[in-house]
Amino acid sequence: MAETPRPADPPAVRFEDASVQLGGRDVWSHVDLSIETGTFVAVLGPNGSGKSTLIKAVLGVLPLASGRVEVLGGPPGESGADIGYLPQRRSFDPSMRVRGMDVVRLGFDGDRWGVPLPWGSAHRARDARVDEVIDLVGAGAYATRPIGEVSGGEQQRLLIAQALVRNPRLLLLDEPLDSLDLPNQGAVAGLIADICRRFGITVLIVAHDVNPIATALDGVVYVARGRAVSGSPDDVITTETLSALYGTPIEVLTTSDGRRVVVGQPDASSHHVGAHGHRHDHP
Amino acid sequence: MLALAGPGANPFDDLRQMLALHFMVNAFRAGAAVAVLGAVIGWFMVLRRQSFVGHTLAVVSFPGAAAALWLGVSVTAGYFAGSIAAALVIALVPRSPAGRAGTQESAVIGTVQAFALATGALFVSLYGGFLDSVTGLLFGSFLGVSDGQVVALVVMTVVVLAAMTVIGRPLFFTTVDRNVATARGVPERALSVAFLVVLGCTAAEVSQITGALLVFALLVMPAAAAQQLTARPVLGLCLSVVLGLVVVWLALGVAFYSTWPVGFFVSSFGFAAYLAAGGVRLVRERKRRTVGLGAGRAAVPAPGMAGA
Repeated sequence: MAETPRPADPPAVRFEDASVQLGGRDVWSHVDLSIETGTFVAVLGPNGSGKSTLIKAVLGVLPLASGRVEVLGGPPGESGADIGYLPQRRSFDPSMRVRGMDVVRLGFDGDRWGVPLPWGSAHRARDARVDEVIDLVGAGAYATRPIGEVSGGEQQRLLIAQALVRNPRLLLLDEPLDSLDLPNQGAVAGLIADICRRFGITVLIVAHDVNPIATALDGVVYVARGRAVSGSPDDVITTETLSALYGTPIEVLTTSDGRRVVVGQPDASSHHVGAHGHRHDHP
Repeated sequence: MLALAGPGANPFDDLRQMLALHFMVNAFRAGAAVAVLGAVIGWFMVLRRQSFVGHTLAVVSFPGAAAALWLGVSVTAGYFAGSIAAALVIALVPRSPAGRAGTQESAVIGTVQAFALATGALFVSLYGGFLDSVTGLLFGSFLGVSDGQVVALVVMTVVVLAAMTVIGRPLFFTTVDRNVATARGVPERALSVAFLVVLGCTAAEVSQITGALLVFALLVMPAAAAQQLTARPVLGLCLSVVLGLVVVWLALGVAFYSTWPVGFFVSSFGFAAYLAAGGVRLVRERKRRTVGLGAGRAAVPAPGMAGA
């Protein structure tokens, strides 16, 4: 496992004049943006603006209508193990009798045909790696329980472990904080930021509430009204830009220690104000 | 059906007596092939929440077999033709983008099932033969399993299990975690069609021992019981196979000394296994809850220890 950030690379993701259509309509078009290697970048925007679509374009499961996208220096969909993906909120059926560690293990080699031999060095290496990522996300206490029976925050940690298990260079997380309670939002956000820093992984995280991740951000991609633009948090997380972006009054406050807090954000009710115990990096 | 013999004082004598009869040996062989296949495919079916499809594929084997009876061709071939044809029809139904077993799919499956049963009734009426054969088609029969049938069942089991060893792991992946599997390039659509065909073959095969209406005794009961007992995939599959074998062999042994149909015993023993497994799970969960309150989670082995 790479413990040091990788040397300066070309951008992890680059869109050039890219457009995507769904059902004959432009979701967004003429998008130019680039995401630097090793940065922690949020994808923000109103519901239905095409945030998940952006992630799917990077994954290569959704072809562009025009323009091009380059992922880790190659065409999308060909990076394989170099990309870890956490789709939009999956809920596991409470009666699903599959252990959390099996779900993580599937992330390692579930896409291979045939049956793995239950012995040999490859098998031991796999188990060691699975244990390692489960440990990394702090899921050791419940990884052997059926995944349907653990809490939402615990499931999300296991799914992050699954996304990390093949040691990716790029992590695509689609609303990983959605439907978690506040302490868990903070803890999971801190965990992701910590992983991004420690292993030099580029993280692209879709969020509709910027507060839990605001302190960790290196950059922001905002998607709205058929456009997507990238910028630094200082440029984007301002009262003027966000209000224009969402089309509704939004206020960005600065706390005494320099943190920004977004108030009046659509989709995120005002109870988020003042509840920022999540700032501390790791649980 | 008449009782073929009465149990004696010595169970070993009884066993020897039973195994001296060629048709009983064939019944045990056929039962084993059917139980192993049903247990493995059933484990995936239960996990995939596709029991309704499985039931339909089994029911559809009935018109196939009834038509074969009427036409005077191999009933075994009839079972397989009915189920596999239905599997392909169901595979053609476009699915809702939301995912598995949408309302559209279950409506189509229900329609196919009702029509299949009606067609079966028609073939039975056209056949006009002994009612005994019809009861056998619906509720199972273990008498007169020929050597040729045993070979056909064993070959089918081996072929289907060989296919499962190839597609089993990615199929498990798409079952548990469809979005990530698709993003990783697992051909989800092709796999679900392949599994439907495999399920059709299995339902047809199990039908031949339990009858079309009691297929679930071997397709659901052992698998569901195993999933109550463990959440570990490989162990669960093995447990399912063991339970299926025990249920079938025990049922055949008891049915040999009884006037009641074998399907009744297979289902009753399967049901007992399921109830017992559910009881074990309840007791275990209660125990874990009380232990959890006291000792915390210290008993869980620390991950990463194996990593050296």
